[in-house]
Amino acid sequence: MNYIWFFIILISIASAAYTGRMDSLVNAIMRGAQKSVEIAIYLAGIMAFWLGIMKIAEKSGLVSKIALLLTPIAKKLFPDLPKDSPAIGDIAMNFTANAFGLANAATPIGIKAMKELQKHNIDKNSASNDMCTLLAMNTAGWQIVPTTVLAVLIASGSKNPTEIIFPTLIVTTIAFLSAIVGVKLLEKITPAQKLNTETEVQDD
Amino acid sequence: MIKTIVDVISVWLIPVIVLVVLTWGLLKKIPIYEAFIDGAKDGIKVSVDIVPYLVAIIVAVSMLRASGAFEIAGSLFAGLLEWLKIPVDILPVMIVRSLSGSALLGMFSDIATTYGPDSYTAKLAAIMVGSSETTFYVLAVYFGSVGIKKFRHALCAGIFADIIGIVVAVAVARWLFL
Repeated sequence: MNYIWFFIILISIASAAYTGRMDSLVNAIMRGAQKSVEIAIYLAGIMAFWLGIMKIAEKSGLVSKIALLLTPIAKKLFPDLPKDSPAIGDIAMNFTANAFGLANAATPIGIKAMKELQKHNIDKNSASNDMCTLLAMNTAGWQIVPTTVLAVLIASGSKNPTEIIFPTLIVTTIAFLSAIVGVKLLEKITPAQKLNTETEVQDD
Repeated sequence: MIKTIVDVISVWLIPVIVLVVLTWGLLKKIPIYEAFIDGAKDGIKVSVDIVPYLVAIIVAVSMLRASGAFEIAGSLFAGLLEWLKIPVDILPVMIVRSLSGSALLGMFSDIATTYGPDSYTAKLAAIMVGSSETTFYVLAVYFGSVGIKKFRHALCAGIFADIIGIVVAVAVARWLFL
């Protein structure tokens, strides 16, 4: 992220120098900073509502019920995991939270699952096949209702904001499936991990 | 016909989810009001917590947009975009989609205001924004949390799915909204 961030800023300044728009670039810095806070305020309401609903779903056991339904599929996708591993429940929960558009709920659960997968990893510095699969599931992030997008459409006065829900569902489903298929195919052509027992000191 | 079904599902999805969650909660004798308030507090907290990240990325991407870099890229690919019926302002959305969720959101609200939220451009952007997680962010957070340095095939799989997502988004938007 350090390099990507730097790269974006570098390209910007270089392009602004080329197009002679350095003044609007400076303006953009100020407006961008201001806009960030405005977006956060817009989001606060819808996030509060959705996390509130999700909390009820979590406390009433609805989330873990859904997770239970998904367990058989999770076992198929993560063949290297022991059958009784707690990671399976976590992965199912992570998927469910993503499905409800709760990235903030999904992330901690997903990280918990990732830590569990790391225990079964033969090389602690490189990602195991199962870890790559979990990651692909999250980068594609299958979602039933794109709540934040809806919030923005409503905020800017759309007449029929819900119109985009179904097409988005089609796209997210296909993208999600291709992430899974992609990661499983790439798994076959990627060189296997070598056993590496020495763990480097983590620099985070 | 398909469009009617689509609209009905779209309108009913949220109310149905809310109703199911609330009813289930009551049946399980959960204090749903208190639970809601509890979760809602988290929501406010999260939106405050993300402000620094928003500032870092939105400022960088605002700079990128103001600099004319997208116009340069846009004029390079103008013919191709026009042929595919992709509005030029969707190009940055396609690029930023994998880089930063918050910047993407800022970009999207910008498009919704500039073109109007019911325009084809805004709808295509909405579908693209709503159908993917931010690949680079997820990679950094998830692998960072366990100290993984070699991503192996995870990065390629993520980018592959992002590209498929873009292609399908354009196809679906053209089919339903153009």
